[in-house]
Amino acid sequence: MPQKIRVVIAKPGLDGHDRGAKVIARALRDAGMEVIYTGLRQTPEQIVAAALQEDADAIGLSILSGAHMHICPRLMELLREKGLQDVLVVVGGIIPDVDIPKLNAMGIRGVFLPGTPMQEIVDFINRSARARVGI
Amino acid sequence: MKTATPGTGAAKERTGPFTTISGRPIEALYTPKDIASLDYDRDLANPGAFPYTRGIHPTGYRGKLWTMRQFAGFGTPEETNERYTQLLEAGGTGLSVAFDLPTLMGRDPDHELSLGEVGKCGVNVTSLADMETLFEGIDLAGITTSMTINSPASMIFAMYLVVAEQQGASWPSLSGTIQNDILKEFIAQKEYIYPPRPSMRLITDVFSFCAANVPRWNTISVSGYHIREAGATAAQELAFTLRDGVEYVQYGVDAGLDVDEFSPRLSFFFNSHSDFFEEIAKYRAARRIWAHVMRDRFKARDPRSWQLRFHAQTAGVSLTAQQPYNNVVRTALQAMAAVLGGAQSLHTNSLDEALALPTADAATLALRTQQIIAYETGVANIVDPLGGSYFIEKLTRDLEEETLAHFDTIDRMGGMVEAIEKGYPQREIANSAYRFQQSVEQREKLVVGVNDFVAENEGPIGILYIDESASARQLEKLDRLRKTRDNGRVRRALDALKAGARGTANTMPLLVDAVRAYATVGEMCDALRQVWGEYEETPII
Repeated sequence: MPQKIRVVIAKPGLDGHDRGAKVIARALRDAGMEVIYTGLRQTPEQIVAAALQEDADAIGLSILSGAHMHICPRLMELLREKGLQDVLVVVGGIIPDVDIPKLNAMGIRGVFLPGTPMQEIVDFINRSARARVGI
Repeated sequence: MKTATPGTGAAKERTGPFTTISGRPIEALYTPKDIASLDYDRDLANPGAFPYTRGIHPTGYRGKLWTMRQFAGFGTPEETNERYTQLLEAGGTGLSVAFDLPTLMGRDPDHELSLGEVGKCGVNVTSLADMETLFEGIDLAGITTSMTINSPASMIFAMYLVVAEQQGASWPSLSGTIQNDILKEFIAQKEYIYPPRPSMRLITDVFSFCAANVPRWNTISVSGYHIREAGATAAQELAFTLRDGVEYVQYGVDAGLDVDEFSPRLSFFFNSHSDFFEEIAKYRAARRIWAHVMRDRFKARDPRSWQLRFHAQTAGVSLTAQQPYNNVVRTALQAMAAVLGGAQSLHTNSLDEALALPTADAATLALRTQQIIAYETGVANIVDPLGGSYFIEKLTRDLEEETLAHFDTIDRMGGMVEAIEKGYPQREIANSAYRFQQSVEQREKLVVGVNDFVAENEGPIGILYIDESASARQLEKLDRLRKTRDNGRVRRALDALKAGARGTANTMPLLVDAVRAYATVGEMCDALRQVWGEYEETPII
């Protein structure tokens, strides 16, 4: 029996628009993953702590407010500090095109904009998180 | 009912489902049979007459066009003041202030959670000094201003009152709106600070303060917009919004206010989504339901208490990052639905808003869209042109019945605050959001440019990029303010606020005093956090 992929879905920052985070959380769960939704207004520290505690294979961040260039570098730094650099990190939300290469360069492997099919995100996480859990 | 298309023999239809965007099944044809139970005088009546299904004004837009109110705000108060001046010069007829997340959440720019958020989603307003800058050169007695602010609505409104006073405008002469709708924050947008009950007290304090001091001010904009954006169907938007309205009126009455003293200042805010006829029917149903609620449930006697006035905004959630120019067309059609439904004011979204806050050019085009509808299409010549349509009247009735069924459920729970505490509207909306997303995935619902008619190699469009300079400047101003103001006076005002909040004093005059002392939004909100605590939700997926 293959091990389930464990994903932490988080809403960092002050924004409360959680439709995307919740729809994705449910889609990943329906696709057979173990989903931990952190709820709103999580600091990078809290998200990394959740990933550590939950032994997450992947972290999905939902950011619509424009704060991604502050939150993401901090989160990636904290993951490295905790030795969690192999955890897959993906971001979904309102992200200007010019920021996508910068996010990729800091180790965020998937950036998903409005209109992305849920299946595409499910497939991406399945493909990219598998190597780590070894299933 | 199935009716064959004339002259074609057996009726052949495309593969369905033939449903609205909310999933409501639609027949091929509607006939007099569908509206046989309607009585014109009782259920429709002429515009301006109870139950106002056809509109609250006898002359519709022939008397006065809707207010073209474009929501705007970003960066520092200086930058936003410049955008307002430009919007007013371009023929905008009212202002609508978008605040950034630190302001909306009652946090100063130097708070840990404000990191990266200052000036991003709207303008940052930290103290009275920022409010003075925001409206510099704009005559507050001569325009109406809408401010989208909820948890700290009282604090921001107090700032507006003081700026108006500095300009020499008397409070009774002021007109405008604060959103001040906390229930939909718990339900949908999640910008809450305090638990529901003290939050409701802040609102009833504004009701009674304005009845006595700022009588032309709209004290609340009961909002379905965010409920719909969070994934609600049209019927859920209508039901939860109007039931929120009922809750506010009930709390006002329970606080000892006369229903006709504050109810005429309640206004509403609906989404204008893509399903054209369903939206028009929604607005018509809203007016009829509200008229009955106010007259029959609350025994209001003033016709102004019965009349539902509303602002509409086109559906942000319908905008696509793919082929963004398609959004101009979506917005125009959605705006047309709001106008045919009789909106009192309207915001049209800009084509680039799935990517960023709008550029000045995109915001101007959005305003031009409204002007074309108003001045070129002829729709403003006639009141409720779709009244009497078998289809529209049937849809209006169906939406009304669904809404009343939701009312029963919520009444049985003890009211909207109790329903929210049980997670009822939150769960209903999450389920609808997921259902809609599945119908898009399964291509039951097509979204042009997203799951069909997809273009390869789209060129990028120019977008507004907000850098960190706003944050730096706001931090610097805050630092200077704390060094130059009378901090003893600030402390005394905040202590008085806390004492008032522990007791039963109206919080508004206490907030006005704190504002005059240049207390910040964060300091005022923190003072009340110390008294009332903060709300934490149990997330429902």
